[in-house]
Amino acid sequence: MSTGDSVTAREGGNGASADGSPLLSLRGVGKNFGPVRALSHIDLDIPPGQITALAGDNGAGKSVTIKTISGLWPPDDGEIVWEGRSVRLHGPKDAEALGIRTIYQDLALCDNLDIVQNMFLGHEPLRRGVLDEDTMEIAARKTLDELRVRTIRSIRQPVASLSGGQRQSVAVAKAVLFDAKLVIMDEPTAALGVSQTRQVLDLIKRLSSQGVAVMVVSHNLNDVFEVADRIAVLYLGRMVAVDEASKFDRQSVVEYMTTGLSSRGLQTAGVGAGSNPQASERKQ
Amino acid sequence: MMDEPTSGPGTPADPPAASVAYQEPEEEVVEEEVIAQQQLATTAPDVLADSLREYLDAWWRRIRSGESGAVPVLIGLVLIVIFFQIEESTFLSAGNLVNLFVQASLYILFAAAEIYALLLSEIDLSVGAVAGVGAFVIAELIAPPVNLVWWLGIAGGLVVCAGIGLLQGTLITRLHIPSFIVTLGGLLGLTGVIIELAQIDKTAVGGVMSISTNSPVYNLVNANMSPTLSWIVLVIILGAYAALSIVSATRRRARGLSAPPTSIVLLKVALAAAGGVAVVIICTINRGAGLIALRGVPWVVPLVLLVIGAWSFLLSRTKLGRYIYAIGANPEAARRAGINVPWVRTIAFMLVAFTGGLAGLVYASRLGSIATDIDVGQLVLFAVAAAVIGGTSLFGGRGKMLHALLGGVVIAAVFNGLALMGISAAGVDIATAIVLILAVTVDSLVRRRGATGA
Ligand SMILES: Nc1ncnc2c1ncn2[C@@H]1O[C@H](COP(=O)(O)OP(=O)(O)OP(=O)(O)O)[C@@H](O)[C@H]1O
Ligand SMILES: [Mg+2]
Repeated sequence: MSTGDSVTAREGGNGASADGSPLLSLRGVGKNFGPVRALSHIDLDIPPGQITALAGDNGAGKSVTIKTISGLWPPDDGEIVWEGRSVRLHGPKDAEALGIRTIYQDLALCDNLDIVQNMFLGHEPLRRGVLDEDTMEIAARKTLDELRVRTIRSIRQPVASLSGGQRQSVAVAKAVLFDAKLVIMDEPTAALGVSQTRQVLDLIKRLSSQGVAVMVVSHNLNDVFEVADRIAVLYLGRMVAVDEASKFDRQSVVEYMTTGLSSRGLQTAGVGAGSNPQASERKQ
Repeated sequence: MMDEPTSGPGTPADPPAASVAYQEPEEEVVEEEVIAQQQLATTAPDVLADSLREYLDAWWRRIRSGESGAVPVLIGLVLIVIFFQIEESTFLSAGNLVNLFVQASLYILFAAAEIYALLLSEIDLSVGAVAGVGAFVIAELIAPPVNLVWWLGIAGGLVVCAGIGLLQGTLITRLHIPSFIVTLGGLLGLTGVIIELAQIDKTAVGGVMSISTNSPVYNLVNANMSPTLSWIVLVIILGAYAALSIVSATRRRARGLSAPPTSIVLLKVALAAAGGVAVVIICTINRGAGLIALRGVPWVVPLVLLVIGAWSFLLSRTKLGRYIYAIGANPEAARRAGINVPWVRTIAFMLVAFTGGLAGLVYASRLGSIATDIDVGQLVLFAVAAAVIGGTSLFGGRGKMLHALLGGVVIAAVFNGLALMGISAAGVDIATAIVLILAVTVDSLVRRRGATGA
């Protein structure tokens, strides 16, 4: 990815196909940890410029799905299709090169580094072979201002000295610092106060209105229904429902999350039993 | 939040409202302001202050909250110096101080080497043995029958050391063997290599390779820059330091970036100048006995400063340095940032071994020879001790090359002072142990207060 000159996600992401073909597709993706089958045969389409919410109970496999898309490990089965081409991600750099940016649930910050250093970690611009601190600091400050993160006294303070919500703000800022076509957020608002949550939700909407696809994990159904264009529900490592948000209501989402089935809503009763959830996509 | 009115079935999501600016509720700002106030405590003074007064306030808050930095070791050093000066009036004589600088240079280099491993939250037990191998290779390359020119000899020794580091680093990072085990193997194996090296060379009588007193390798420690040259070098170093820090602070200020106040920049330059001038004055006093004048700064002093300066630059201004800190604190975060973690760790172990080779050079130069009886195990312990006394954390991610300088001087002062007092080797070891434990205890007490208090 380019660094120094391309600064925010705003400019990016418009090159996606307008013909309705998905930006990213998971086709039959499976992932095992030893005997634990964390994901089995996941099918999921992420359309460009839309907000896809990924729901599921604790341990359903949301974070594993996200890490697979982010290139942290190769899937054991199935394939990842990006803009129509099957891709193999050999590491996080590969996913980034495609335009995928991720906020991890554990935030993945280094406590001993300051805010600027964390935001640019792995993508430091150089000037005459030396770290270009000025450019980094200016860009970091601009992004934080745009997110209206105001409580941080100095962006040169180590991340260890930040509150949980401030750390989360830094992680969000880090993900939108560079151009992206797909921004993935694993519980981005979990530790945030009311106003910071509002900022992140607004940011998600702004990204999508600029053509950036967003995939967001949240346990807060209010947030999910507020922002999501589409909702996907995982249950014990299986994708039990994927459809437009308007086809769901709170109760059906909760039922899918807790039982893998829903008594009402969505004509996807068969999906819960483990058949191809892609069926629900086609019926819409 | 869950008790808000729910969006019913089929309710479309809110229309995107990106342009609607959100008004922050007042009371929350106040609340978060309190958090921001609390963070002041642990923040580096440079980034907060606009005036000298504010800077000193921030600095003092930081010390009280446990981010003590170099202060305890400096206080400790002053106490040690006062103690020895009271016990032995020759302690602060020019001759003895120059001796102390030379002794310190060895421990500084060893500590600088070990800091690369400690920053990664690893350890390198082989650095003493690597130094021994490096010293033997250098000594043999510049002696008959090879007779290489001195700088090629040194380069050869350092390349061999870096190669050993590459091998050990590869075993650690690719085969996932703990660094403790790999470098313990290195310590044992290389001790054997040292004996072999001594046997290959027929001139190494009784395992001792001597270094010609004409060689620059010998003169590194045993010859001095002339007083004039000493002053010139000092002026160049100080001038460069002052220019760089003033220009960079002014430029950052002009661009609205965080920078220390001008008064602080000037104060730091003044302190550096005072220290430098003191060292040069001490070294240029005639310390010779009788008719032969002996004065000037030993060559090893600028060498050590150059190494510390270069390694500080590497750690603070290059990607490699930044990644070493990142990996030391959170290797998984570094991996997710796309950093080639195994490669950075391997390079760090090469830097340990390379710097260890420089320490070996100084060791051999000081003795005028290198022998198989070099106590490689003890040198490692001093390397770790000096780094930790200087303020580097054993748990990774925290430490600076400046700590090597401070820790090396403390250890040298203890050895030097006890030797002046005529204390036995056993006593010296015990005293060093006490200083080490004291340093770590003070550090962890101050830090613990910071963690629970503030
Ligand atoms: N690195 C790992 N090694 C072994 N098992 C793992 C690993 N990561 C996840 N798992 C397992 O995979 C399953 C799914 O975990 P995942 O973290 O994706 O849950 P989640 O949906 O994100 O839950 P939560 O809401 O609690 O974050 C769990 O059973 C978990 O124990
Ligand atoms: Mg999770």
